[in-house]
Amino acid sequence: MSRRKLLRSIILPAMLLFSQLSFAQDRVLTGRVTDSTGTGVAGVTVTARGTQTSTQTNNDGSFRITIPSSVDALIFSSVGFATRQVPVVSGSPMNVSLSGATSALNEVVVIGYGTRMKKDLTGAVTNITAKDFNKGTITTPEQLIAGKVAGVQITSNGGAPGAGSTIRIRGGASLNASNDPLIVVDGVPLAPNRNPDGTSSISGSSDPLSMINPNDIESMNILKDASATAIYGSRASNGVIIITTKKGKSGKPRFNFTTQNSLSTLPKEADVLSPAEFRNYVNTHGTPAQIAIMGNASTDWQKEIYDNAFTTDNNLSVSGSYKVLPYRVSLGYLNQDGILRTGNLKRTSAAINLSPRFLDDHLKIDLNLKGTLSHWRYADESAIGNAVRFDPTQPVLSGDKRFGGYFEWLDPSSTTGLRKLAPFNPVGVLEQKEDKSDVQRSIGNIQFDYKLHFLPDLHVNVNLGYDVSKGEGTIYIPDSAASAYLRSPDAKHGGVNNQYKQNKSNTLLETYLNYVKEFKSIYSRIDAIAGYSYQDFSTTNYNFPDQTTDGFVISTPSFPFDKPENRLISFYGRVNYTYKGKYLLTGTLRRDGSSRFSEDNRWSMFPSGAFAWRLKDEEFLRNSTTVSDLKLRLGYGETGQQEGIGNYDYIPRYALANQQAQYQFGNRFDSLYRPAGYNPNLKWEQTATYNVGLDYGFLNNRITGSIDFYVKKTTDLLSVIDQPAGTNFSNKILANIGDMENKGVEFTINTQIIRNKSVTWDFGFNVTYNENKITKLTFTNDPTFPGNLVGGIAGGVGSTIQIQSVGYPKNSFYVYQQVYDKSGKPIEGLFEDRNRDGLVNNNDLYRYKSPDPKAFLGAYSNVNWNKWSAGFSLRANIGNYMYNNRFSNTGVQRNIIDPLGFLANGSRNLLETNFTGNGDQYLLSDYYVENASFLRMDYINVGYNAGDLVSSHTNLRIGANVQNVFTVTKYKGLDPEVSGGIDNNFYPRPRTFSLSLSLDF
Amino acid sequence: MKKVILQASLCFSVLIVATIQSCTKDLNLSPTNDVTSETVYANLAGYESVLAKVYGAFALTGNQGPAGNGDVQGIDEGFSDFFRLFWKAQELSTDEAVISWGDVGIQDFHNMNWTSNNSFLTGLYYRSLYQITLCNEFIRQSADDQLSNRGISGTDADKIHQFAREARFLRAYQYWVLIDLFGNPPFATENTAIGGAPPPRIARADLFNYIESELKAIEPEMPAPHANEYGRADVGAVWALLARLYLNAEVYTGTAHYTDAITYSKKVIDAGYSLISDYTWLMRADNNLNTSATGEFIFSINYDGLHTQGYGGTTFLVHACVGGSMPASSFGVAGGWSGTRTTKSLPALFPGYPDFSTITDKRAQFYTDGQNLEIGNVTQFTDGLGVTKYKNIKRDGSPGQSQDFSDVDMPLFRLPEMYFIYAESVLRGGSGGDATTALEYMNDIRVRAYGNSSGNITAGDLTLDFILSERARELYWEGFRRTDLVRFNKFVENSYLWPWKGGVASGTGVSAIRKIYPIPSRDVNSNTNLVQNPGY
Repeated sequence: MSRRKLLRSIILPAMLLFSQLSFAQDRVLTGRVTDSTGTGVAGVTVTARGTQTSTQTNNDGSFRITIPSSVDALIFSSVGFATRQVPVVSGSPMNVSLSGATSALNEVVVIGYGTRMKKDLTGAVTNITAKDFNKGTITTPEQLIAGKVAGVQITSNGGAPGAGSTIRIRGGASLNASNDPLIVVDGVPLAPNRNPDGTSSISGSSDPLSMINPNDIESMNILKDASATAIYGSRASNGVIIITTKKGKSGKPRFNFTTQNSLSTLPKEADVLSPAEFRNYVNTHGTPAQIAIMGNASTDWQKEIYDNAFTTDNNLSVSGSYKVLPYRVSLGYLNQDGILRTGNLKRTSAAINLSPRFLDDHLKIDLNLKGTLSHWRYADESAIGNAVRFDPTQPVLSGDKRFGGYFEWLDPSSTTGLRKLAPFNPVGVLEQKEDKSDVQRSIGNIQFDYKLHFLPDLHVNVNLGYDVSKGEGTIYIPDSAASAYLRSPDAKHGGVNNQYKQNKSNTLLETYLNYVKEFKSIYSRIDAIAGYSYQDFSTTNYNFPDQTTDGFVISTPSFPFDKPENRLISFYGRVNYTYKGKYLLTGTLRRDGSSRFSEDNRWSMFPSGAFAWRLKDEEFLRNSTTVSDLKLRLGYGETGQQEGIGNYDYIPRYALANQQAQYQFGNRFDSLYRPAGYNPNLKWEQTATYNVGLDYGFLNNRITGSIDFYVKKTTDLLSVIDQPAGTNFSNKILANIGDMENKGVEFTINTQIIRNKSVTWDFGFNVTYNENKITKLTFTNDPTFPGNLVGGIAGGVGSTIQIQSVGYPKNSFYVYQQVYDKSGKPIEGLFEDRNRDGLVNNNDLYRYKSPDPKAFLGAYSNVNWNKWSAGFSLRANIGNYMYNNRFSNTGVQRNIIDPLGFLANGSRNLLETNFTGNGDQYLLSDYYVENASFLRMDYINVGYNAGDLVSSHTNLRIGANVQNVFTVTKYKGLDPEVSGGIDNNFYPRPRTFSLSLSLDF
Repeated sequence: MKKVILQASLCFSVLIVATIQSCTKDLNLSPTNDVTSETVYANLAGYESVLAKVYGAFALTGNQGPAGNGDVQGIDEGFSDFFRLFWKAQELSTDEAVISWGDVGIQDFHNMNWTSNNSFLTGLYYRSLYQITLCNEFIRQSADDQLSNRGISGTDADKIHQFAREARFLRAYQYWVLIDLFGNPPFATENTAIGGAPPPRIARADLFNYIESELKAIEPEMPAPHANEYGRADVGAVWALLARLYLNAEVYTGTAHYTDAITYSKKVIDAGYSLISDYTWLMRADNNLNTSATGEFIFSINYDGLHTQGYGGTTFLVHACVGGSMPASSFGVAGGWSGTRTTKSLPALFPGYPDFSTITDKRAQFYTDGQNLEIGNVTQFTDGLGVTKYKNIKRDGSPGQSQDFSDVDMPLFRLPEMYFIYAESVLRGGSGGDATTALEYMNDIRVRAYGNSSGNITAGDLTLDFILSERARELYWEGFRRTDLVRFNKFVENSYLWPWKGGVASGTGVSAIRKIYPIPSRDVNSNTNLVQNPGY
């Protein structure tokens, strides 16, 4: 049965069913819900017993509900409180007090293929719900939880609109393959965000997650240890993030409109020579010819390319239930300018959630549909580097009509009139490039959960899901632009008029059986699932010719399109066994098959086991008033990883070269067939994780948290290794070789420092210590092998600054040891001869520090005082180092007075070192590796709840927020937080000021 | 109600069974555009396309011109070009060339302090062995049993056998590169399985025997000189490589083969090649004309500005030498890369130096305007004379097809080298030749250089030192110098110094270990059969 037919056959009868039901007579009840201190509790769900009718309390705890006359009791439930049933009393307001927060443990947490109560979790799982999300202008979902979760490091990829982030859970388990966690949205596992080369996996979008509106997200659950993730088997080594979107709530339609408008500003310019300093420098060090080519202007090029940027983010949602059909529908519109001029993202999104229940709740259907349309205009980020380097004595406009009127470096003897290898005018680069795309994405699923009538302990669950996207774009550069001037091989045609297009389709079919049975006589409970999953990832990349603006074809693709595809088939099972409610055992097993491996290596098993002991429920703690919760968790599991492997890397194959890579025989140019390097022995990367954790709660759970110790050992590490020369068609092949280890501690504490009638003050803190070490890299143990060079830098073509070496953290810097003079100034070209052989050469390079922090911390605090609220969030990294490539590349004399016949500005670091930049070793000096530990205030905000200011039955909240408030660091570059540890022309993170307004009605 | 329940149950059961059955069936997916070896080698045309790669790997860096999808990993693709790397290893380590760039490892050539981690040496080594691997695969796929399995016979099979002989020649050439620069490389042949055990190491002397035997094995069946189509090797190339191999045999094996060198250089010289009339036409955009039936080029790597694009080979040679006040347009390029110049040792070989206006030898193609003869700073383009030998313009002065990619072909063998081999071998005691003929050959070269007989030498001038100098005057910047200096014991020794030799402004001798380059540590680490060259 096709999916579409299936949909029709189930949805249509369901619709008919709803329409036959009708309403009884109604009455209105009001009241207020308070906690033990008498403070009003907001967000408590008030349900009329026996019906689907419900409402929620507003911020001061009061509620108003219209119920059928037959209802005799209301049920009050809220996260963090014990659920209470209160008989309906007519005539007077119902004031209800909810007790203690101990029942936070009854919170339901979404895990892979099911849900668990928080108290029953056996793995390291952190659940963050909407109320705890980060505040401010947030375009991509992962930023909602940055800094909130121990063990999870989220580093934004710069300040461009929708730029996305690098997410690392417990340090990442891989070297060359992917370190990104698996992301599951409403039960649909997504394809990786990044291609193996680091580009966005959806063409035309800077990050696929930017196509999910953060405002639709209800909760994010982070599964960290293998006992939690192993149910996702081969994709779980880097952790799993389960995103659950907001669902319909029963009751009358409730509308919410939120608008947030913000201004982003550049916090700080990169430190370059001022026009006066520059003039002085060239006059002192330049040749007469170089002095002569200086201009008379004083241009701050960075000021020319950056501008304050406006963002508006508007969301409208309606939630309620129509008869037995709870629904939520939302619309969102985002329009975000980048601080780098010309960049813009417009995003329109819609989401629909329907969750009807049929056959006396035996059949549950959940339908989630999300769709996003986005229009991008990308600013050419090369302008960032060009603005740092462009001669400040030159004007923006030349006064001449050539090259669009922009000043450019000229060379009268060249055909184009342009000076070869000189940087282009940064303003021209921005203004003369139109890089636009339209991207559409839809993620959806329909999940049926059927509780068998003849065996209610058994559920059958079927989940059909999809994630489709279409990205297309055009890049247009006029023929007058210097960057594409007369670029055809014969120097007769210029400009760029290119397009690209990609369709992606990810389809999912899953089905599992769930058996839950309580055996009261033996104090036991069993919850087991067994399932099957099929997922296909297919991409169609269309190829287009490279054309100039007048339609001259520079190159034609060999094929009109390419259609890479991979498939995953899985069988999985899980058993949870609970004895006396306090001894919990979980075992999972997943068998995955992947199309990326040869038949011999195709299938693999991923087992896990965990044990949890609820100490709090033991006699000796049961009556303790100090200890309100205590649980010990032990877990072990094996997971896999296959992202980063090409779809067909195991197959011997030949690829046709393009038309610029032919060879002449006689009078004809022959097309080439090249054999590709291949590795028939590729298989899964395997990670074994050990985890010991303790969840605690004290003083009626006003202090809660957990501490976890983990060890992750990755074996069969996918590593790009040298092939013995002569044995393959590529000298480097991705192969399963090498081992790596991550060890760490995570600690989280959340406290409610004050909780009384008018004031609540929450404070939370988390810290993670992670230690990464590569333990094997070659087939045979070889102590002389220095390692694999990685981390390309600007300055010398093909130069690298990092290395993967056994016994060291991944991506350790591989540098020369700088020698300093008495005054502490580095002496150019003088390095420690570490091996004392009388020569300073690459045998003297040593491993120095790593870009990964030893520890990272997050802290937040929220204060509520009557109708006012305020909060902030802080994040810190300790022990992370950065290679300051801007200093090393531009802060040398050779860059300023360039022998190539133009002048360029550079980092003021030049004035500290006075390096000439001659030779090739200074680039690899450890002088440029700086401590980039930092403390950053991610945001600070204030809010005011104006209540029913607009009219009764409405609630208005307003807020003001500042993001990226300050950064404390010793790092001398612009921003100490650059994923990968190489700082070169990083798109600055803006400082953003926002005002928001939220109206419920 | 029961009916509904029954239907629902049934629906789910059917669904589950159907999906599991329909979906487990296939995890075998194959690429859309790439093909398997069965498809490629199904017919003659497919073989020809692979042969084009076997040749094209000399001129291209990957499957996408000018860059993208490179052949050799772990080095910038533009740097991974065969002749660019070979040229750097053969010229930057000598008096003929300096380079201003700061790419890590490139200055090691001047400083003569390269290590086994040098990325340029590593790139060259892997490029050579990559090309050998391509040849091995092609030879393997061209075996008789493979052809008969695929139903290829008759003239198609004959053509494929000829393709395979050419692949054997190209493999022998790359093994010559390895024997000359690295000495004792791994030894992979058509019997080395892809993905199989690491190949054994071969000692330099054994490799000499192998190259010799391979070339001799194909010699009888190779097409006559000029009988093969443009771009492909003929027996002239086989002889020329044998002659070069024999000339250097003493360096490679300790045993001289000068008589053989005379024999094979003579075979080439007598095969109908002739010097083109104008030396300055050698390295020009239309120098494919030099490969005509009576031309000077014996075998060349052929570049094309439109169809064979890359950032190596002659594209590198015509761009890197342009800088300072040199007008890029007169080199047929959009702009120079301000890289390569020469030390004063090369111009000093031309009579009349240092007054360049008095030099009448047309081969002295130097650019002096704004260039300092002395090199105070190797990384300063204006220190050291410019060399204008390579230009992407035609004989008539019009530019090549592209401003960015060169049309200039790079001769791996041209006739004068054979004259030099003949003369040197005679002087070194080889038999089968004579000094009179050698003198004639030298004067043929000089007549072209001077435009008349004014530069002719006498029998008394014909010494080994003269030959070394004359080779430099004729063949400079063509990738010969290091091999020549090694053969003349002037490469590492204190007896011959040039500016910045060994990293010292006035020049200094270095350890004898540097007569060959180290085996790249990356391969020593992945292939335990290998032994690092002494001293590294």
